[in-house]
Amino acid sequence: MIREFFNQYGPMLWEGTLDTLYMTLVSTFFGYVLGLPIGIILTVTDQDGIHPNKVVYRVLDIIVNLLRSVPFLILLILVIPLTKAIVGKSYGSSATIVPLVIAAAPFIGRMVESSLKEVDRGVIEAAQSMGAGTFTIIFKVLLAEARTSLLVGVTIVTGTILGYSAMAGTVGGGGLGDIAIRFGYYRYQTDIMIVTIVILVALVQVLQAIGMYISQKLDHRKA
Amino acid sequence: MEPIIKVEHLCKSFQTKEGTVDAAKDISFSIEKGDIFGIIGLSGAGKSTLVRCLNLLERPDSGSVRVNGQELLSLSEGQLRKARQSIGMIFQHFNLLMQRNVLDNICFPLEIRGVSRGEARKRAYEYLKTVGMEEKARAYPAQLSGGQKQRVAIARVLANEPQIILCDEATSALDPQTTRSILSLLQQINKDYGITIVVITHEMAVIQQICTHVAVLDHGSLVEHGTVREIFESPKTEAARRLIIGSGSRGVDRMTGRRTIRIVFDGQSSYEPVIGNVTLAFGTPVNIMYAATRDLGGSAAGEMILQLPEDREIGDRMITYLRERKVIVEELDDMPGDELSGETEE
Repeated sequence: MIREFFNQYGPMLWEGTLDTLYMTLVSTFFGYVLGLPIGIILTVTDQDGIHPNKVVYRVLDIIVNLLRSVPFLILLILVIPLTKAIVGKSYGSSATIVPLVIAAAPFIGRMVESSLKEVDRGVIEAAQSMGAGTFTIIFKVLLAEARTSLLVGVTIVTGTILGYSAMAGTVGGGGLGDIAIRFGYYRYQTDIMIVTIVILVALVQVLQAIGMYISQKLDHRKA
Repeated sequence: MEPIIKVEHLCKSFQTKEGTVDAAKDISFSIEKGDIFGIIGLSGAGKSTLVRCLNLLERPDSGSVRVNGQELLSLSEGQLRKARQSIGMIFQHFNLLMQRNVLDNICFPLEIRGVSRGEARKRAYEYLKTVGMEEKARAYPAQLSGGQKQRVAIARVLANEPQIILCDEATSALDPQTTRSILSLLQQINKDYGITIVVITHEMAVIQQICTHVAVLDHGSLVEHGTVREIFESPKTEAARRLIIGSGSRGVDRMTGRRTIRIVFDGQSSYEPVIGNVTLAFGTPVNIMYAATRDLGGSAAGEMILQLPEDREIGDRMITYLRERKVIVEELDDMPGDELSGETEE
């Protein structure tokens, strides 16, 4: 019976898993392409940052908060025109990446900001006293010293995006979420629903474990 | 020759919730090349602000800061970064990069200058040897003790080949023995490389061990400055007295209300057993409350706090007797009291 099940649905589930991984990883990557600079700018321009700038900080802060407060499902629909413009269609895994990136970027910005703010003020001061410029401090002090915390952030973000990508299934987003909705919900095939959930849980666990392992490996703060 | 550091009419205030705090009030002083200059004050006296104004980590509200003949306040961002490379700074909490090993920490200032990686490592290793830490080149700061971390921080500063090293409470987080070894290292560096050193501290012992000159800060004002010997032998202000006398004899004041004097004698007068002679000459004993010999920049100085007999006239004659024998005498009718006992550093 189990064999029969996997013969029938195995290829579909495997494809769904790959789709989910594809959406998650690509969205995380582009999310960081946008979110990392946001986090850096928020940290640097904040009141006690290395280049305080009230206007830049406030504007960015408000944009981030606005985007963060739009529920993902609504955002998914709101950005359909943009998705069509970029990907050419509004359904499927590639199309889901656009709203995922837009939803993830401000969230990533906040994660990065909080990681960078953990860097000891004194170490930044020491770098300044050696004649380090803003870019040197950003790359060699802030990002380098906060790397463990940043990687923990990546792990959390990946997990969150994985969850969001499943949500996109409700509007034809592709991946495991899509399968769970179509078979498990619309066609009452509870067995498929359960299998997709198990796969999703396993994916989160694996990603989490990999992220934590790397961040531990790179941490030299403990004796 | 122009002094290496010349500060004039420096003012700096901060806005806090409780109102404006004047951290530096019209401060002027200069430091000659090769000096080890101490700045001492109780916590909140404005020491850290003052030392941060010397490399503009803190920008003064007004005044002038000339380092090496260059007015720092008129420099552009880029010029200031360049100028800072010749002004090293070490900190109370060491401020090493925790994710880099010892050798790479020392390479950091060289990377900022654009020195190639190979060359940087070679030089870093040399300075690591100077501070006696070459065995820990591959260790990470988290694996080092406080004293070792400060040695690495000193090597990191030396890598920039600075003309000045600013020490912001550099030994305050260390135990007394480690403090002494770090101070001797700084003294050695001063001697070997001719680097001018500015030491910020709240401990008179630190000043005594290495400084040639000292300035006393009190509530944002520079109240007294001169050679360490001058200030130690005859402190003129209340703040200086509190720091100097307080450094060895806490609690003496709480013992009695009788007439108390502080005497200071140098190598010369300490050949003669002055106190014994006083007692013999007047047939009345004096009570020794506190006595110590201190090393002031290489020469010994003795310090005692004595309680004189009740009889005012005998007391006066004893003071005259001591002064005739080149002993510096100071009456302590207003020994600092509780202000001392509550003193702790931030």
